[in-house]
This record gives sequence, C-alpha cells and structure tokens, in this order.
Amino acid sequence: MTNLIIAEHDNSELKAATLHTVTAAQAAGGDITIAVIGEGVSAVAEQAAKVAGVSKVVTVDGAEYGHQLAENVAPVIVALAEGYKNVWAPATTAAKNTMPRVAALMDVQQISEITAVVSADTFERPIYAGNAIATVQSAESTNIITVRTTSFEPAAAEGGSAAVESVAGTGDAGISSFVSAAVTESERPELTSARVVVSGGRGMQSGDNFAMLEKVADKLGAAVGASRAAVDAGYVPNDYQVGQTGKVVAPELYIAVGISGAIQHLAGMKDSKVIVAINKDEEAPIFQVADYGLVADLFEAVPALEAELD
Amino acid sequence: MKVLVPVKRVVDYNVKVRVKADESGVETANVKMSMNPFDEISVEEAIRLKEAGKATEVVVVSIGTAQSQDTLRNALAMGADRAILVEADGEVEPLAVAKILKGVIAEEEPGLVLLGKQAIDDDSNQTAQMLGALTGWPQATFVSKIELGDGSMEATREVDGGLETIKVNMPAVVSVDLRLNEPRYASLPNIMKAKKKPLDTKAAADYGVDVTPRLKTLKVSEPPARAAGIIVGSVSELVEKLKNEAKVI
Repeated sequence: MTNLIIAEHDNSELKAATLHTVTAAQAAGGDITIAVIGEGVSAVAEQAAKVAGVSKVVTVDGAEYGHQLAENVAPVIVALAEGYKNVWAPATTAAKNTMPRVAALMDVQQISEITAVVSADTFERPIYAGNAIATVQSAESTNIITVRTTSFEPAAAEGGSAAVESVAGTGDAGISSFVSAAVTESERPELTSARVVVSGGRGMQSGDNFAMLEKVADKLGAAVGASRAAVDAGYVPNDYQVGQTGKVVAPELYIAVGISGAIQHLAGMKDSKVIVAINKDEEAPIFQVADYGLVADLFEAVPALEAELD
Repeated sequence: MKVLVPVKRVVDYNVKVRVKADESGVETANVKMSMNPFDEISVEEAIRLKEAGKATEVVVVSIGTAQSQDTLRNALAMGADRAILVEADGEVEPLAVAKILKGVIAEEEPGLVLLGKQAIDDDSNQTAQMLGALTGWPQATFVSKIELGDGSMEATREVDGGLETIKVNMPAVVSVDLRLNEPRYASLPNIMKAKKKPLDTKAAADYGVDVTPRLKTLKVSEPPARAAGIIVGSVSELVEKLKNEAKVI
C-alpha cells in the first residue's frame, strides 16, 4: 500500500486530471489505489478500475459526498489514507479545497502543486508564480501531495482491471451544505486539457468582442481563456482565467490576444509548447515568452487570422 | 461579531524575483515588500462588514519577523481596529501558521476568520483549509461573495467549472478570491491614526507551536528559460509558420 489517489470526477465521469496524477504517482514508485468519493459513483469506479497501472479502487458513496464538501470528504480521506505512504490529488479547485484539510487533520505539511517527482520523498514545485522552482524533501510519515496536471502525461485510460471495493464513509459533519452551482456551459474543449487555447486580455475591450476569439477557437478546436484583467473587467466568467491564481494550462499552441503578459498571467501559460502573441504594443512583456509575435491591432489581426484558417 | 484577519508580508507582486546564486532561496534583501494582495481583499471585506454593522471589531494578525509590523500598520490604516504580531523567524509553513492562528482564535474568539486564498510567495493555498481542520469549523474557500445570515453564511466560490454557492455554519473560516472586492487605499490621515492603534507582540512559543519546517528545501532554482522567439510581419506569415515550422495547426 504505497499510493492512494483521490479521483477527480463529477459523480458520473472520471476526469482526465486523475490520469495525470496516476503518472505522477508512478514516478514515485509502488502500487496505486484510486479512491472515488461521491454520490452514485459506480460508473466512475468502473472507469477508474480500467486505468492502466491501478491495482485497486475503493469507493465511498453517499449523498453527503455528492458536492465534495471538504467538511464531509476530508475525514473520509483521512480514514482511507491509513497505511499509505503517499496520498495524491490533482491540483483542481476541489482538491485544493479538501486536501489541506486532510493534511492538517493528519498533522502533515502538504506539498502543493508539484511539477516533478525527483525521488519517492523529494519533489519540485513552483513558487513565486513560477519564477523559481523549489526542490523539497519530506520526512512526513504520509505525504499529502497535489499535482500540477500539465506537468505529467496522462496514464492510459484503458488496460487495467483493478478490483473495486466499497467502503463505508464517516457521515455528514452537519456544518456545511451545498446551495447551488452556476456552471459555465461550453461546447469547446476544457481549458486545462485543450490542445489549443486562445486567450484574450484587457485589449479585447468588451465581452462581446470575445466572439472574435471564439470564431478562431472553433476553427482550431481550441478552448477560450482570458487574463485576470479581462475577467475582473467582467468580459468573461472567472473560470476562463489563466494564471498564477487561475488555471494553469500547457497546450500545444497558446494564442495570447491583447494580453500584456503580467508575471501572474505568464505563470499560467509559459509551459505551453508554442506561444503566439498578438498585441499592438511591441513593448508588451508577452513578446518575451512568445515563439511568434505579431505587433498589430487585434481588431484587424484576429478576423484576418480567422479568414486565413479557412 | 469579531472578525480575525491574518495577513502576510510578501515580496511585492510587481517585483520580478531573482533566485540567489547559491540556490538557497530567492533574493529578498532590498526588495519591495507588501501585504499579500489576497490579504488586502480580506482586510477590505472585514472593514466593509464593520461599516455595514455586521462586525463589531476587526483584528489583524501577522506571523513573521518584526518587519511584519509594517504590514499590520497598513491594515490598521485601511481601517482595522487592532493588530497582533506573532514573531517568528525564517519560513513558517502553512501548518504551523494554522496552529498559531488556532491559538489566537482561542484567545480572541472571533465569529469569522477571513484569509487570502494563497500567498503569492510560496503559492501553497493551504492555511485557511488547515485552520478549518484544526478548529473543526466549516470552510468556504476561494469566495467571490459572502452573505451573512443568522448563525450561518452563504458563500459563492470560484471553482473550475464556474461558481458554486454553499452554506456554512458560523463560526467559519473563509478564504477570499480576487473578485470579492476592490481594496481601498489608506488615506494619509488614516495612516497617521494607524500609528496610535494597539499592536500586541507575541511569540510562536506563546501558543506552544514549534515552527521548525517539516519540509526541507534542498534548493531553489531558476525555471527553464524559453528560447527567444521571432516577430512575424503579417497574419499570413504567422499562419504559414504555425503550419510548416511549428506544425501545430
């Protein structure tokens, strides 16, 4: 019993973030168990059992876990963690919410958002918005680790045949409850796993102008992102934000439109394979990380780009 | 209701940090330091709760060196009533911070603790959640809106898929996200007034907390640099390069 991975899911589907976390755990070595905690999660458990390299799946099923409330989920993870050396989760908002609560209940100092596994007890993690990389060694009896998914390839979703075991939970703590969710609906790929991302910044000037980027995105099969400035200005919802405190993306192609390139934004996209910057200010810091820069008025360049992609 | 607001002194968000040549950490000597931007938002929210008659007192607390007094004075100038400095040298990890804050809570008995969701130096995003665990209180993290009710609170959280609203019992721990509010600037008269507001100094040992780091930092290094790019002359040249050179479209 070496690695316990807390699955990221929506009660019906196992999310790709879990597959990236499996690869991180494999780098540390040892057997892998996936824990699926939620409400009505049998389909998720079946998917988890098929992931290559997974030897066991445990499920904890109950209405009190349906919305991943940290007060209810954390004690379950503490109980499941008994006997494991490492407990892993992808650094999604759900796990970022829950895992430190788990760590403190176990009196463990968590290791957040690792980008590399150096050895079984030593990990790399970015600090200062990715402007420095810390190599940290843990002497904790159990390590609580969250994983930056863009730094690890996904494990194969098929090929495994792990046994699934159902375990009783710890009940409803009775101090928190779910009220409602406002989920952004989109037909486009998910920002953190898209092959191409087209992002807009303050230079877009309005939310309506994001329609221009969406047309380009649709031609490239891309997700649409944004800088903090564009989100703060209300052009697009919060879940579009790429950066130190938003989402971290590392697509094959990242197209930054009207984004100046603050340190905090670069932190969320500078590991992209190819970066394109379109900005009318040739002094904009975004050009320092761009592979291809185009100094131009975006209101001319973006429609031209869309036309060129036909 | 008393509101407790922990604040951290960090390298200013506009500073491009440099890694020390011996890879022991980042250069913090002669670098501009400020209040962690997320903590400014939590101070602002606490002050607004007081102005709205929903809070009676705003107490700010910082854990760090004597220089963290500057950060506390800044919070007092924004409108906090009273400050506590818990002196500790070197890096204090989130778990130790949460343990000290639990001790402060035992003395101060706040009805609400408002923290920034993460500090922009170590980017851990842990302290609020850990404090929730240690106190047994519910947590509302990454919030962009809070509404106090009778013995409970509704909080809107920024999550990967959009927004989520939860209800938590009070007392509670809240970690704030960027869009909760826009923090005010301290006016000059308020900066002068802040110098006379009470600031107590304590030590980590007063709360029986050992702040020795659990994790050993072996080294701090520069991230890999990106190779220099090129400026293209037109959209068609850009598309040509992406197709034939980078081969990504």
